[in-house]
Amino acid sequence: MSKVTYRQADGSANTIEVPVGWSLMEAAMQNSIEGIPAECGGGCACATCHVYIDEGDMSKLPDLSDMEGDMLECVAAERLPGSRLSCQIRMTDELGDLTVTIPSEQF
Amino acid sequence: MTGDVFVVIGAGQAGIQVCNSLRNSGFCGQLILVGDEDILPYQRPPLSKSFLLGDVDEQRLFFRPQSHFDKQSIEPLLGTKVIAIDRSAKRVRLEGGRTLNYTKLALTTGTRVRELDCEGAANNAQVHYIRSLNDSIALRNKLAEVERVAIIGGGFVGLEVAAVTRKLGKAVTVYEAEDRLMGRVVSPMLSEFYSDLHRENDVSLCLGERIDKVEVSNNTVQIYTNKQQSLDCDIIVAGIGAIANDEIALEAGLKCDRGIIVDNRCLTSDPNIVAAGDCTVHFNQFAGKTVRLESVQNAVDQAKIAASTMLGGESVYDQVPWFWSDQYDAKLQIAGINTDYDKYLTAGRVGDTRFSIFYFKDDRLIGADSINDPSCHMAVRKIMSTKSVSVSQIQENLSDLKSFAKQ
Repeated sequence: MSKVTYRQADGSANTIEVPVGWSLMEAAMQNSIEGIPAECGGGCACATCHVYIDEGDMSKLPDLSDMEGDMLECVAAERLPGSRLSCQIRMTDELGDLTVTIPSEQF
Repeated sequence: MTGDVFVVIGAGQAGIQVCNSLRNSGFCGQLILVGDEDILPYQRPPLSKSFLLGDVDEQRLFFRPQSHFDKQSIEPLLGTKVIAIDRSAKRVRLEGGRTLNYTKLALTTGTRVRELDCEGAANNAQVHYIRSLNDSIALRNKLAEVERVAIIGGGFVGLEVAAVTRKLGKAVTVYEAEDRLMGRVVSPMLSEFYSDLHRENDVSLCLGERIDKVEVSNNTVQIYTNKQQSLDCDIIVAGIGAIANDEIALEAGLKCDRGIIVDNRCLTSDPNIVAAGDCTVHFNQFAGKTVRLESVQNAVDQAKIAASTMLGGESVYDQVPWFWSDQYDAKLQIAGINTDYDKYLTAGRVGDTRFSIFYFKDDRLIGADSINDPSCHMAVRKIMSTKSVSVSQIQENLSDLKSFAKQ
């Protein structure tokens, strides 16, 4: 199973195994990773599950949908090249291990 | 605050949010979350969407795992019904006779489904509702065995179920008593858009039809309506609204009016009791009237304020209401409450895959409906939370609402 490391803004980190099919948001919620409120529960409707993908991992991810791109315009923390909504990234066999950083604010 | 005992009744979206907000704000007293279902708090929106479709499994619906409750010292008291609140003793009585003393109490009791009350509907195993996880599991299992689904109620839940059941290849008929879909929450233009969308997806729509009677014989359900029509189907799914669970509040003498009345700090008529979420009614500045909102936004935002109030804070609930619904490939996002508009403006063409409609009252923006247009939706939420804007201001800034929102 692939491992995802969630790094907090303060530098602390947790690494968890993420089953295929789960989103990075769901895996964070089910493992008590703080900082991802995900208020709409993965509907791509609230922009409160923003994460920064590590530069080295960015090319592995599928492209942004228009919807996700639009919602990223509205995130509370600064939008950076690695910005993604963790509810829209699903673990696949091909994706492999990832590292993401959780921004300090989601609202 | 050690020594304090805060009790939260109702383990849905608002209940878990009250608990999390209390702990995040440094509350270190005892914290008990009472829920009548025997499982940890879970998300309800997917029950009529991705979960029903089978895209999401049960485990992924939970807000937090058991370890979160352990780590945060939140005591879930599940499968437990609250019988009464004794306000003078500051005590809650549970089913089975156990009592809990509280310093502060939060009511996040949510709603229950309104049941079909026509002839033949009561205790009819072919009539399904969706409120709980078990409801959705039962319907999901049933859908695997049947071909013809009749949906009663053309609101969010009914139409989301219609979209799911069409995706599953079922024959779907939707009955709506009013003459248009989602009439309570969206404008006639948007109702029209959704009628077209469902018809394009081969849903048979029966508007302005009320159900008089349902009959079951040989596993076939027959539906009779006020238009003397009858239809054979395999199951009925009814989504005809919800009723606030305000009985224990009412019996305890708290002010209620088809919901527990709260002020802008989510305080009930008892200074030691707050309430939040679907079970409450409040004066909403964006609606300009007293409303009972059924939404994730209202549950989450009121819960945060309720937690703050329990801790003696002065924060007030002033968030812009928002809602969403997923049907087929159309994501509807609603900002504000726009039922009383006197003017509207569209961005894009209504009926295209992406458009928004802005609503105004007395030359002031009161809300917007967006179809597959999240940037517009988010901009409107931001604009409404910071300023009052006119029709001409929206017109002038239509090409770049995002920048306007930031000004």
